[in-house]
Amino acid sequence: MARYTLKRLLQMIPLLLLVSLISFGLIKLVPGDPAVVMGGSNATPAEIEVIRRNLGLDQPLWQQLLSFYANLARGDLGRSLLLGQPVMEALVERTPVTLWISLYSLILTVVVGLVTGIVAALRHNTWVDQAVSILALIGVSLPNFWLGLMMIVLFSVWLGWLPTGGYVAPSTSLVGFLQTATMPALSLALLQIGLLTRITRSTMLDVLGQDYIRTARAKGLPETVVVLKHALANVMIPVVTVIGLILSVLLSGSVIIETIFSVPGIGSLLGNAILRRDYPMIQGGLLFVAAALMLLNIVVDVLYGVFDPRVRVDGRG
Amino acid sequence: MAAVDADSLRGPGLLERLRPGRTARRLMRNRAFVLGAILLTVVAVVTLLAPWISPSDPNRMAVRFRFREPSWEYPFGTDNLGRNMVSRVLWGGRLSLEIGLWVVMLNAVFGVMLGAVSGYFRRLDGLLMRVADALMAFPSVLLAIGIAAALGPSVTTVVIALAVVYIPRTARVLRASVLVVRELDYVQAARACGASDLRILLRHVLPNCMAPLIVQLSFVFAYAVLSEAVLSFLGLGAPPTTPSWGILIAEGRSYIREATWLTAIPGAAIAVTVLGLNLLGDGLRDVLDPRLKVDAR
Amino acid sequence: MSAPLLTVTDLTVAFRSDEGMVTAVDRVSFAVAPGEVLGIVGESGSGKSVSALAVMGLLDKAASRVSGEILFEGENLLALSEKRMRTIRGRRIGMIFQEPMTSLNPVFSIGDQIVETIVHHERLGRQAARERAVAMLDKVGIPSARRRLDDYPHQLSGGMRQRVMIAMALACSPKLLLADEPTTALDVTIQAQLLDLLRDLQAELGMAVVVITHNMGVIAEFADRVSVFYAGRVAETAPAEALFDRPSHPYTRGLLASTPEMAEETDRLRTIPGTLPSLAKPPPGCRFAPRCDWAVALCDARRPPLEMVGEGHASACLRAAEVAGGTVA
Repeated sequence: MARYTLKRLLQMIPLLLLVSLISFGLIKLVPGDPAVVMGGSNATPAEIEVIRRNLGLDQPLWQQLLSFYANLARGDLGRSLLLGQPVMEALVERTPVTLWISLYSLILTVVVGLVTGIVAALRHNTWVDQAVSILALIGVSLPNFWLGLMMIVLFSVWLGWLPTGGYVAPSTSLVGFLQTATMPALSLALLQIGLLTRITRSTMLDVLGQDYIRTARAKGLPETVVVLKHALANVMIPVVTVIGLILSVLLSGSVIIETIFSVPGIGSLLGNAILRRDYPMIQGGLLFVAAALMLLNIVVDVLYGVFDPRVRVDGRG
Repeated sequence: MAAVDADSLRGPGLLERLRPGRTARRLMRNRAFVLGAILLTVVAVVTLLAPWISPSDPNRMAVRFRFREPSWEYPFGTDNLGRNMVSRVLWGGRLSLEIGLWVVMLNAVFGVMLGAVSGYFRRLDGLLMRVADALMAFPSVLLAIGIAAALGPSVTTVVIALAVVYIPRTARVLRASVLVVRELDYVQAARACGASDLRILLRHVLPNCMAPLIVQLSFVFAYAVLSEAVLSFLGLGAPPTTPSWGILIAEGRSYIREATWLTAIPGAAIAVTVLGLNLLGDGLRDVLDPRLKVDAR
Repeated sequence: MSAPLLTVTDLTVAFRSDEGMVTAVDRVSFAVAPGEVLGIVGESGSGKSVSALAVMGLLDKAASRVSGEILFEGENLLALSEKRMRTIRGRRIGMIFQEPMTSLNPVFSIGDQIVETIVHHERLGRQAARERAVAMLDKVGIPSARRRLDDYPHQLSGGMRQRVMIAMALACSPKLLLADEPTTALDVTIQAQLLDLLRDLQAELGMAVVVITHNMGVIAEFADRVSVFYAGRVAETAPAEALFDRPSHPYTRGLLASTPEMAEETDRLRTIPGTLPSLAKPPPGCRFAPRCDWAVALCDARRPPLEMVGEGHASACLRAAEVAGGTVA
């Protein structure tokens, strides 16, 4: 297992180089002079010159690239124009917030998605199945930020149950966390729930038609054991593989959802950076999230082995 | 020696070849497809006809009629400047769908080119697929946001950003089918008969990859409509004078307490459109690419 | 002869399909005495597997309709509750399937899967159940059984997996084993080994076996009695020897003639022309008539009854005596 993990980490390096190259290249997409764009319309030529010097834009491209990677090797993603703070520091500060909300959202997704998917499969071709399928389809069709806004109207404005925004860390107050994080987590989760329900349902239907399920029944096992042990253990395998994808979409959604709910996480940090053309922050943030996602995917792959003995025992992959 | 017409060696593909008559009949029996097609047709017709059926210019202000709730006269209400929301939603849909269509077309062209080159010729495969992997390592909407933020807000920006994000995914789908089809007997037979690579690719390989491509494109359309709304909402899309659905939601957000309909209606329009596209995609997948469908008793 | 262990009478199974209800098994009857080996032979689609699944109560209830009577040790299995049926499945009737590669759950060790059956049916601790599992694996000829217990299915060959399936089916010493094409998916050499194993275990444990196969060779080696299925009906039933000596149904003759080691009289291997009739729209009378060299007008008129032609030997052919005599029409 350790060997496999190490191998995956090593495989990540070339990909990470390419990913960082893309995020470096992002600033080259800026039409005209990035320093002018970043300085805004009120900036004096002197201020613009300072920005240009600070970002090293006055140097030749190869030198910019070289110092980009040299800094990257030291974990330095540059300095935010907006906050005047190192990008890395700002990101690390806000990581726990985004992580907690993503985790909450992931738990919601996996629990609800699995249960509805399994129930739909067990009630195949009944109204339950149809209702679940339709709801799941609607779930994957709703814009998540719009859903967040609608939830604010319903739960904050009309019913007054939950605050419209803000964030309380679970270490400070679990109740406070649940009050502030439920709507963001739910609006992030809904699309994923739809996705996972659809995947679980079709996988479960597939698994229930397998020979080993017939074997389990032929052994005289009760249907609950057949479904919850023999079928579920096999359904979990593809479900684990989509968790990587789910995390990716969760992190994608966090920019807009955290902005709407004023959650001080990486998402709203990036959202603000985008509004203010804080390119070092945008670049660094994207790279940071992509790298985090790659690591999480490796975790998922290793987890995969826990569920699938064919991977675990042979150590293949 | 007489030349053998390579076409006579064409066998049944592993993937369903598009046979217009038969496929159309099967699609018409597919409930998801029919429902999706109906929803989309309605959305497409009303947005296409926006210039003629809109009750007024989408930007015509009438301050006396601000914040009218939805009623017979104003089915979708009016906004903070008294603009008729029916007109704004119809015109906004035009822009949203137009952007979606551009993204789909760019995906079709570049996704097919890159996927075919990568899957058939294999020379650039390693490089292209590594680049695709790197682009796909970013969360999709986040990358689109980054690109759009760099390019500066405009409709073209949104199209480019979304195209860059989804083309690698389309290329991967196409490459996977090309890899399967190129090994099929009749393709090998055509090769043995001395058909040129380009001819094999265009006449034998690509036609058999159309089914997964069409399915993929229908989902790209759905993602594009959703992501366009996100980018526009963040102020990375079209300028506010040309409303898209995302912009309408962003504008409505300021008045969400008093005038919820300003946000609710454009969002519902997005949901209906994306639902239609997803239904269409599901139906197409069931009919065109049955291998992907899991069907067990 | 002692009272039968299993008596199936007029079993009928119909499935819902796009073409309406399709009768896959049509008033089929057979019986198995304790310790007896009944062979059921027929082509795929003849209803032999469906009959076995009906006995186990494993047919999808939503998609099928089962009628008739299945008496096992005096109880009508078709009338039992699902709960009661579960105490019979795996304990009093075991079943093994055609596909050893896919019949074991890939995510659980083989030990787990055997132990689970034992623990479920008998008040036995896990440790004792593990010991029993080791003994069973040993009995089915798996070398160093104790070490193998924690192996996963993918670590075993097809033949080994089928041995595990047998060990699992026999773990609670059932009175009856249903073996659905137990050797078909395996290499020829492995097939012979497994058949020997099944025969030895049957003799040792004294259980009854219903072996379902399309292979006359398996029947010749293993079965005491044989039922020949054709298109959801019994065409002929007889003691094994009598069937090979005096096949009294044209279909049985055809089967024997198309089996390499059976077809000694002719130097050419014969095949039966035509294919199985559609079960959605079966021919009105004898279902074999459209493919039969012996068919006469009357054959199309009504279903030929299963009539005795000898000691424990019955044939559903109007011209059974002539067919047995072997004079070609």
